[in-house]
Parts: sequence; C-alpha cells; structure tokens
Amino acid sequence: MSSQTIDINTPTAVESVAVRFAGDSGDGMQLAGGQFTSTTAVLGNDFSTFPDFPAEIRAPRGTTFGVSGFQVHFAARPIHTPGDSVDVLVAMNPAAFKTNMSEVRQGGMIIADEDEFTKVGLKKAGYAPDAAPLADEVANSRYRIVKVPMTRIVREALADSGQSSKNIDRCRNMFALGLVCWMYDRPLQLTIDWLESYFGAKKKLPEVAAINVTALKVGWAFGETTEAIPERYQVAAAELPPGVYRKISGNEAMVLGFAVASKKASKQLSYCGYPITPASELLHGLAGLKRFGIQTFQAEDEIAAVAAAIGVSYAGGIGMTGTSGPGLALKGEALGLAVMYELPLVVVDVQRAGPATGMPTKTEQADLLQAMFGRSGEAPCIVLAAASPSDCFDIAIEAVRLAVHAMCPVIVLSDAGIANGAEPWLVPDVASIPDIIVEHPVAQPDAEDAFEPYLRDPETLARRWAIPGTAGLEHRLGGLEKDGTTGAVSYDGLNHQEMVATRAEKVARVANIIPPMEVGGNVGSDTLVIGWGGTQGAILSAAEKLESEGLPVATVHLRHMNPMPSNIGDVLGRYKNIIVPEVNSGQLSMLLRAAHLVDAKSINVIQGRGFNVAELAAGIRSVVEEAGQ
Amino acid sequence: MSTVDLPLPTYKPKDFATDQDVRWCPGCGDYAVLAAVRKTLPKLGRRKEEFVFVSGIGCAARFPYYMETYGLHSIHGRAPAFATGVKLENPDLDVWIVSGDGDLLSIGGNHTIHAMRRNVGVRILLLNNRIYGLTKGQYSPTSERGKVTKSTPMGSIDEPVNPLALALAAECTFVARSIDVDAKMLVPVMERAAAHAGCAFIEVYQDCNIFNHKAWFYASQKDTRPNNTVDLVNGEPLIFGENRDKGVMIVNGRPRAVTIGQGGVTEKDLLIHDETDRTLAFTLANMQCPDLPEPLGVLYCNPDRPAYEQESRAQVQRAQAESPDADIAALVAGPDTWTVGS
Repeated sequence: MSSQTIDINTPTAVESVAVRFAGDSGDGMQLAGGQFTSTTAVLGNDFSTFPDFPAEIRAPRGTTFGVSGFQVHFAARPIHTPGDSVDVLVAMNPAAFKTNMSEVRQGGMIIADEDEFTKVGLKKAGYAPDAAPLADEVANSRYRIVKVPMTRIVREALADSGQSSKNIDRCRNMFALGLVCWMYDRPLQLTIDWLESYFGAKKKLPEVAAINVTALKVGWAFGETTEAIPERYQVAAAELPPGVYRKISGNEAMVLGFAVASKKASKQLSYCGYPITPASELLHGLAGLKRFGIQTFQAEDEIAAVAAAIGVSYAGGIGMTGTSGPGLALKGEALGLAVMYELPLVVVDVQRAGPATGMPTKTEQADLLQAMFGRSGEAPCIVLAAASPSDCFDIAIEAVRLAVHAMCPVIVLSDAGIANGAEPWLVPDVASIPDIIVEHPVAQPDAEDAFEPYLRDPETLARRWAIPGTAGLEHRLGGLEKDGTTGAVSYDGLNHQEMVATRAEKVARVANIIPPMEVGGNVGSDTLVIGWGGTQGAILSAAEKLESEGLPVATVHLRHMNPMPSNIGDVLGRYKNIIVPEVNSGQLSMLLRAAHLVDAKSINVIQGRGFNVAELAAGIRSVVEEAGQ
Repeated sequence: MSTVDLPLPTYKPKDFATDQDVRWCPGCGDYAVLAAVRKTLPKLGRRKEEFVFVSGIGCAARFPYYMETYGLHSIHGRAPAFATGVKLENPDLDVWIVSGDGDLLSIGGNHTIHAMRRNVGVRILLLNNRIYGLTKGQYSPTSERGKVTKSTPMGSIDEPVNPLALALAAECTFVARSIDVDAKMLVPVMERAAAHAGCAFIEVYQDCNIFNHKAWFYASQKDTRPNNTVDLVNGEPLIFGENRDKGVMIVNGRPRAVTIGQGGVTEKDLLIHDETDRTLAFTLANMQCPDLPEPLGVLYCNPDRPAYEQESRAQVQRAQAESPDADIAALVAGPDTWTVGS
C-alpha cells in the first residue's frame, strides 16, 4: 500500500507492494502482469489486481490512448483493493510513462525502457521533440527513475536466435517481468513453465518460447548486475485462513458458479449471449464447458439472446444470458415478458461506464436502477450484486437457486472492476454446496380439466414449472395479462391490480429465504457505511484505515438488492449517520431514502474506476464531521 | 417425455381447439389457416404435448392461444429467437412459429434471417396480409409501393421485401408458399414442412378483410388463381392456366410465360421444377404477376443440412463422451493451486 515506504537503500522486508506494468496495447502488459500475479499467488501473498486497458484492440503504437496497464497489489497481510497508488511502475514507452506517472506514490520507483524515448516515441506520446521527460527535475525529485535500455539488451541477447526483429522486440515484456521478479524475489519457473506450454506445446512455436524464456532470464540477470537497483525486497506470505487457494477473477468465478449451479440443479444450463465488453468472458468460459453438459448459443443480438434463454427455460432448462448495461437495456422488454411468464431466468450485467457506449473497458455501478426498474409497467425482478471477484461464484449459484425457487427472472450485477480483477480464493468444497431443488408437475394424460399454469404455492407464490412434452399439462404463456386463476387472457381491471400485487409480493417473499444482513466493523459506532457490489474491498479498507485513525465506523454490504434482507430497516434505524459510497450518482442512496426514509448521504466517484481507499476514508470522515457540527 | 410409451392417440382437428374464443375479425383469413393447421397436426404422428406454437405480436400472433398444445405468445418480432431457445433445450419438440409480415419481416426481420441461416428445426408460417392489422392499418414491409394508408397518405415509398427470395438468401432449407383459403394445398405443404428436419418456411397469402381486403384476390380466387399462379410439382413442367395451356420456359436465361402450341412451343420446352435447385428457386421466387404466374407449393427443399439444435446437442454429447470423468470439483480448483497453513 502507498502508506508503506520502500527505502531503496536499505534491504527491507516490506508488507505490501503495488506494481504496475504499463506499455503499448501490443506490448504484452496484461500477460506480464498476469504471470507476476500467478507467481505471487503461489508464494502465499494476498493480492488484488486491476487490469486497465483501452477499448481499442491495437491503437496506433506509442500513443497515449493505446496504453495498457496491469496493476497488482500484493501483501503479507489481508488486502482488499488493487492499491491506491503504485510503488513501482514499469513504463515500456513514453506514452506509458506520461499517462501512468501520476499513479506512482511520492518516492516510488519508475523503471523505464529508455530506448523508446526517441524523438519519434516522444512525439507519438505528445511530448515536444526536444523534451527529456526522464531527466525532468520535478519528476526526478518525486520519483526514483531507473532508466534501463530494455530494447537494446533484449535485441543483443537474442541476436543469434534467428528470430525476426518483431518477435525479438515482443520479448521486452518478459525482460521487464524478469527484472521485477528479481526485485521481489519471485521465482521464474512458473512463468517458464507457462511459456513452454503456451508457445511451445499449444501454439507449436518452441523457438518463440525459447526467446521469451531467455529474455525473462536476462531481465533477472540484469537485476543482479545493475547498480541502479541495489536492493531486493521481500513480501512474506500473508496470514490467510488455511486451505487450498487459487487465483480467480470475477468473470472466471461466475463461469464456475454457473457450472456448479447446473450440476446442483441436475439441469442442463444454456447460456445465450451476444459478445459485449466486459461480459464476453462469460460466453467464452461457458463455451469451453460443454463436457459438463453446458450449452452455449451466440445469438444474433442481445434481444435474441434473452429471448432464446427464456425459450430454454420454458422448455425446462436453466436459461441464462449475460451482457453489460447497453445490452440490459435491449433486453428490457423480454425481461418484462419473463416476469409475466413467471419463468426462471438469470441475466448477468457486468456493468461498465455508461450511458450508451460510454467507456466500455472501465467500471461503474450505474445500472442498479436499470436493473430495479428498467422495464415497462411494474415488473419486479430479483436483483443480486457480487461484492468481489470470488463472490461472483457464490452469487451465480444463488441466482439460479432463487430463479427456480420464485419462478422469476434474476438480474445479477457484476462490474468491470471485479470481473477483470483477480484475488486469491479459498477453493470451496463443491460437495458441501447444497443441491438446488427443481420440481416439475408430472403428466396427467387423462386429465379432464385444463391445466392451470398460474396456480401458486401458497407460501412462495411461485407457480408450477410445467414443461412441454408433458401430457395433459398443455398450456400457453403470453405477455397479455392473465386471469389469476385460470391463466386465460384477462382485461379485468381488478384482476390486473391483483396480478401486479402478486408478482411484487412473490419477489418480496424471497426475503424470507435470504440471510439477514450482518453489520461488521465497529458495530457500536453511530455511523454506518452501507455499500453494494464491487466497492466492498475499498469500503473494508477505508473502515480499517479510519479505525486506525480513531474514527470507528460500522459497515454493511448488500448482495441482495431486491428484495433486500428483511432486517435492513432495523439496521438502518440503529445509526445516526448512514453513508452510501457508490460508483454512480447515488442510486442505492435513492432506494434507501425512498424505502426507509433515512437521510442517507452519498459519496460518489464516477471516473471509470473504483474508490481509492484514501479518498473514501477522507469522504467518510468529512460526512461524519459535518454531521457532528 | 413422460408419456412416450403410451400408444399414440387418434386425434381429430377439434382436439387441438382450446376453450378460448377466437377473436379475429369475422372473415379474416387467419380462420382458414387455423383450421388447416388443426387439420394437419393429427396427420403428423406426434403426440399433442410435443407441439409448441410460438408467436410474436400482431393479429396472427394470437394463434397459440387457439391451439390446445404448448405455446408462447411472445414479444414483437422475437418469436424465432424464443423458438430457437425451446429447440436448443429440447430438440425433440415440434415447434411452429406463426406470425405476420410486420412481426417476422419488419421488427423481427433479423431473427427470421438468423433462424433460417442457422437451420433451426422450426416451421415458420408467415401469414402475409401486406398490412398492419392490429395497429389498424399502416403499410407493412410487404405492402406494394405507393400503398396509401393512415401513415402514408401520399403513398408508401418503400420497396416491399420478397419473403421467398429473402428466405432463400438467408439459406433457408425449405421454402414454400400457399394460400389461406386453399386447404387442399396448404395442408400437404405443412405436412412436408413438418417432415423437414431443418428450418421450414411457408409464406401464406392471407386476406385481411378489414384493412387490406382482396390484396391477394388476383391469386386466391377461383377465377383468378389458374391464370395468375402456377402449382409447383417436383420433376414436372411449370404448366398453368384455366385450360392448362400455359407454361413457363427459360428464354435467354429468363423465365417467360408462354402458351403451349403457339410459336412452336411444346410441353418439352417448359421449365421443369427441381426443388433441390437453389438457383431455380430464386428464379421462381422472383416470378410476379402480371408478367408471370406466382409459384405455389414447395420452391426449395434441401433435406441434407442438419438442424442447428441437433448439431449443438451433438457437440455437447461429443464433449461429454470425450471427457467421461469430467470432475466439477477439479474444474473449480483449477490447475494452479497453493496451500496455506497445515
């Protein structure tokens, strides 16, 4: 973390470090960062990552808008965020240096490939032709800038490889990774194994694997011999609960969660999707799990995707779709229909900065109200929100469980931050996850009376899930309002009011089977910080920071957005100050104010990123202090 | 299917009628199509519970409410996508899409195209009345150019879409046309469609007697039909006319209406229908009155392409066969784990 000082001149065991690799979109920064994270994970550090990349696949080389970054925060203690600021920045070119320098804490280190700071490189990054940013006095007074001729060293080391200069220059990321691994005493073997299996075995390019391995080792050797970086640092293993761990991102966790849910429900799951950033990994991930009986369907558009998912559900499968905010808007009409049909359906929205195309690769939490209300008429859905990358696993299973329990669409909110960010995950015992009970009414081949599809369970108000192919249960579902008893089309006003109320009550009763909310932090404080979704890590860290600074606060994090846990009113009533940090303009805040008449105060950032711990802690402090006056 | 062992009941058309009052306007062509469908289903050797009727929005889209089968009345234009989902989950169901020209070709044109190119094993009945009925009479994507309606008081300036040519261009593997009031042709065409494994498309000329009455009378009436349409018979020459003395032959690469016996034309000169020939099908699809008779029956049938849902199921089955010991716990743990503590 930024508060941790790394003194470059003294050998130190440090408690936490944030490293950011930054370079051109084609420089392999995500790969270098990902490999560094995997290595760090295996050493037992707690960690949190933040891949920060542009929407452009290959923006013009060397430009500031083509810069791709990968930040990893790793520590000898539990941490919850990718880090407010960076201790070490690896800048592969002037554009990366220019755009990422401000992320480095005062006194932090910047390792720059000085060979890229040519006239042409400077110009592309928007510097004046005679600029010398690496020699800039202010920068050098603030940061420790280490100039490394990476391009030249890599070219010299691989001169005899017989590989093209393009392939050779592409190994610069491995050089940088080798150097950073040396600095933090991370073994290279995991990366060597990966290079050999990926380039060697999978892509059948053993020569490419070989030059990458060489570049990696040369980077390490450079660290050993250079005097510019005289010290190495060690980050000991964190004290995490015992068990078997793996690295997991939110999108990966959600894929696994749905696979497990399918198994636990003994049902084929069909994921119907249309590619959209940052949700496409759900489609990719599930498409690779056909061996678990999972079917995927790449539809012609977002509407077709949700419609097909509803068709799957009608026919008796677990139908689901995933998208981001713009896609959820397109699916709105079909979602309303699914509410009328009263069929189970799961819709994932991996939120990104909007409106419209917005900033597709940047995070935001601005679809909460869309998920709650974004349909014609009054069409309540169950709404869940994942709190962290690993929580995406649990929330996926919860979504399927509630969808079949209530015969109702469930919208699952994730966001670009937790979808792409990774953390260590205590691998769950799959066998101990409870089964998801699904029942279908049995055939009535000799039934005299027509099947009544809208007959309800008196407790849950869920109707029965009769599936095509079952004799005697033939029935039609439609978007027209239906008679509450027979399911026949009805234009009766009183019946309509009753059906609107019944559909709402059915969703509200889900609160009976979800856990009550548990207050954490300093429960006895008169300030409650209430959050939802991907801000959990920042809120926990901010609360820890405030506690250490003498300002204890209570915290609570919502995962069930609709219905909310049944004790929420009691909890809110116990606190004088209700503070709601959100990566939007105050959507949960609006819901809490409307439903519970509390004077909730919002703290908002809407900058395509999550909260920094320091800014959030300062924000909470200022709300509390203002309220105290 | 839970009742698959029971003997197949003998159904009558009325077994497929629901207790819902049919609410189309008296005289609507949809009644005739409904009767023809109820007449067709008992011939298909299927159990009632295996049928699913799916529709979008519009007059024709009320169809599922009137069929004592499973059914979905969905949202505007999306019926092919809902039907695709039903087939993906259960390829053994017999899924019928019934909707209108506005629903399937305007708001839902995209889904119609993609269901066809994927060859999803559904039967699509396009009830084409060349008008928007349920919204009270605006022009539709099949309305002729210059159509004067409430929304086009000076006449429409859109070129209409040709549903058969669109279906062929969209790689549909079964393309046919029939007329609402002609059960004699419509029922066997639907039987053929029902026997087709892939996507079967039938355009039905349907009369909206309120907003576009007589739009098809040039082709659907006893006195007009013989001279303005030609019944396609596979392997047979294209002969039409009330005296069956007219035919279609290819002259300089283009179809031409000719009279047998005039100018030395004999039956041998006429175009022979081959429903496996997609190029010919395009030619037929583009034959329009008044220059040429409009084709009725099966224009094109390619039974060899497997249905989409079958291929999708086969991929899942293959993956399962190749990994008989796929372990969900191992999947969740992943290949790279580390252990903390003892």
